Amino acid sequence: MKKFIRHLIAAAALAVPASVFAAGASVPLDKAPIDIQNVESLQRGAQIFTNYCLSCHSAQAMRYNRLTDLALSEKQIKENLMFATEKVGDTMKVAMAPADGKKWFGATPPDLSLIARARGADYLYSYLRGFYRDPSRPTGWNNKVFDKVGMPHIMWEWQGDQVMETVKGKDGHDTHELKLVKAGAFTKIDENGKANTAEFDSRMADLTNYMVYMAEPVQVKRQQIGYVVLMFLVLLLLPFAYFLKKEYWKDIH
Amino acid sequence: MSKQQGLLDWIDARFPLTSTWKAHVSEYYAPKNFNFWYFFGSLALLVLVIQVVTGIFLTMNYKPDAATAFYSVEYIMRDVAGGWIIRYMHSTGASMFFVVVYLHMFRGLIYGSYKQPRELVWVFGTLIFLVLMAEAFMGYLLPWGQMSFWGAQVIVNLFAAIPVIGPDLSVFIRGDFVVGDATLNRFFALHVIAVPLILIALVVAHLVALHEVGSNNPDGIEIKKNKDPETHIPLDGIPFHPYYTVKDILGVAVFLIVFSSIVFFAPEMGGYFLERPNFDPADPLKTPAHIAPVWYFTPFYAILRAIPSFFGTQVWGVLGMGAAVVLIAFLPWLDKSPVKSVRYRGPRFKFMLVLFVISFIGLGILGALPSTNVRTVIAQILSIIYFAFFLGMPFYTKNDVGPVAPPARVTDSNLGRQLKFLVLFALAIGGAALFAKFV
Repeated sequence: MKKFIRHLIAAAALAVPASVFAAGASVPLDKAPIDIQNVESLQRGAQIFTNYCLSCHSAQAMRYNRLTDLALSEKQIKENLMFATEKVGDTMKVAMAPADGKKWFGATPPDLSLIARARGADYLYSYLRGFYRDPSRPTGWNNKVFDKVGMPHIMWEWQGDQVMETVKGKDGHDTHELKLVKAGAFTKIDENGKANTAEFDSRMADLTNYMVYMAEPVQVKRQQIGYVVLMFLVLLLLPFAYFLKKEYWKDIH
Repeated sequence: MSKQQGLLDWIDARFPLTSTWKAHVSEYYAPKNFNFWYFFGSLALLVLVIQVVTGIFLTMNYKPDAATAFYSVEYIMRDVAGGWIIRYMHSTGASMFFVVVYLHMFRGLIYGSYKQPRELVWVFGTLIFLVLMAEAFMGYLLPWGQMSFWGAQVIVNLFAAIPVIGPDLSVFIRGDFVVGDATLNRFFALHVIAVPLILIALVVAHLVALHEVGSNNPDGIEIKKNKDPETHIPLDGIPFHPYYTVKDILGVAVFLIVFSSIVFFAPEMGGYFLERPNFDPADPLKTPAHIAPVWYFTPFYAILRAIPSFFGTQVWGVLGMGAAVVLIAFLPWLDKSPVKSVRYRGPRFKFMLVLFVISFIGLGILGALPSTNVRTVIAQILSIIYFAFFLGMPFYTKNDVGPVAPPARVTDSNLGRQLKFLVLFALAIGGAALFAKFV
C-alpha cells in the first residue's frame, strides 16, 4: 500500500516542477518575534503589505474595511492603504493578471489571505529574510527556506545583498549560512564586517505579524469571548451542576 | 382534573407520550454505580446535536463548488455574523465526536458491555462508528483545502486496489477520473443529508436496543436479577431521570469547558483538528510533501500502510484496514469469558487489554507520521498485536477469571481502584508521549 501511495504521489509529482516541493525541506526556522495584540506593529505591517505584497499577490478573503480592527478609520484606509480599488468594502485583489504572473515568475503568485495559517509565522519570518544572491536563478535571487523560489527579492533595497556561504562545521559536515555582504537602507555593516539587521528584521516581524492577523482577523476577539465563556462555565455552570447532582443523589447509597 | 392533565390524557389517548417518557426516561432503571466512563454516551449524543445544528447553519453560506468552496469557508469565518464560532464548533465537534466515541467504545470493552444480552446494542454501535467515519471523511473534503483534496484522493484510490471492479468503482465514487467538482457535490449531498439520516436512525436503534435489555455497569452484573418482589424495580437501579439526567449535566459542564477551551483558544489544536496544509486551497497539480489523515483515522491508516502487497496486489492493506474495523462488531462472539467486567477477569485478558491499548495508541501515532523502514516494522508488530487481541480472544478469555468472583449486588468505586486507574492513565499518556518523541 505504501508503495501504491508512493507511486500515486510520484505520478502526480511528474506533472509538477520541482520547485513546489522545495518548501517542504527542513531548514531550521527563526522564531518570529510577533505580538498579535500590538496594534502599531500590525498597522506598520499592513502598510508594507498593501504597498508591496499586493502588487503581485492577492488576499481575496480580506476586506480593506476589516482593517478598522487595527484602530484605523475608513478614511485612513482609503488614503494610505488602498491602491487597487475605490471601494473600502472590497477584498484585496491584485492588479496583475494571474496569467502574467505565471509568465513572469513561472508560477502564479499565491493568494496570501491564509498563508500564515498554512505555513506558520516562523516560516514567513525566515522566508522574508532568507533571500540571497544566486546567479543561477532567472531572477538572480534564491531563498534559504524556499529553494528555487520564483519570487524575486522585492525588499532588496531595504535588506541589501545576502550570499549563501558554505561553512565547514566542526563535525566535518558543511553548513550553509547567509551572510550580508552589501548593506541596504535598513541594515548596516560595520568596519569589522559585522552585520546589524535589527531594523530590517523588525519591519519583517511587523509584516509577519500582519499576515498572522490577516489569516484569522477574529483571533483576538475570539480569545476575549473565550475568557467570558470559560468564566461562565467554570464559575456558574460547573458549580450549579455539581451541587444539583449532589442534592439529588444524597439519598442514593 | 387540571387542564394540563386533561391535555396529557388527550395526547396519551392518541400518542404514547407518557408511556414513552416513562419507558425511556423516568422509569428506565439504570444501575446506580455508573462511574465517569458512563458520561461518554450522553456526551456523544450532545456532540451529535452540536454537529447537526452547527452544520445546518454552515450550509446556509457554504458553497459546494470546487471554484468557490474554499473561500466560502473563509467568508463564513470572516463576514458571516458569528460564522467563525459556528465553523470552529463544527470542526472541533468532528474531532471531539471521535474522542468521546473512542472512550465510549473503550468503556464497553473493559466492562464487557457487548456481551449477552447486549450484542445488538454493540452491533448498532459499531455501525454508528463505521457510518461516523464515512461522515467525517466526506465532511473533510468540503473545505476544499490541500489535505481535503489529497486525503480524499488517497482514500478513494484505496477502492481502486480491489481486484477487477476496483478502478471502475473508484471512478463511480468520485464521479470523475480525479477528485473534482462532481466529487465535492456528491460528498456534500451525502454529508449533509444521506449519512446523517442513517446515523440518527442507528442512534435510535442503539438506544432502543439498550433500553430493551438495560444498561450494563462497571461490575458487569445484571441488576434485573435482583428485583424488589413487590414493585419489580431492580434493587440496584435508579430512574434515569432525575438521577442520571442531573449527573449527565455535570458531565456536560466538564465537557463544555474542554470543548470551549479548544474552540476559543486552540481551534487548530496544534494542527491536529485543523491541519495546516488545509489552509492552502486544493490544487490538483501540487501534491503536499506528506499526506496524513486526520488524527482519528491514523490507527487504521497505519494498519493499511503496514501490510505489504502480495501477489502483485495491494488489496491486502485495504482488507486489513476494513477488518480492523469490522472485527470490533464481532466482539460479543469472540469473547468467551464467563464474566463481563475487567474487575473480575483474570490476568490473561488484562494483559491483552494493555497490549491492545498500546497497539492502538502506537498505531495512531505512527499513522500521523511519514513512514520509514523502522516505523513500518513497528507498525507491523503493533498491527499483529491489534489483530491478536481480537482473533486470540476466544482462546485467552476462556475460563479467564480473577481471584474475586463477581458480587451479587453492585459495588461502589473505591480509592484503590481510582488510584489504579490514575496510575494506568498517567502511564498511557507518558508512554504515548515518549513513543511519539523517539519513534
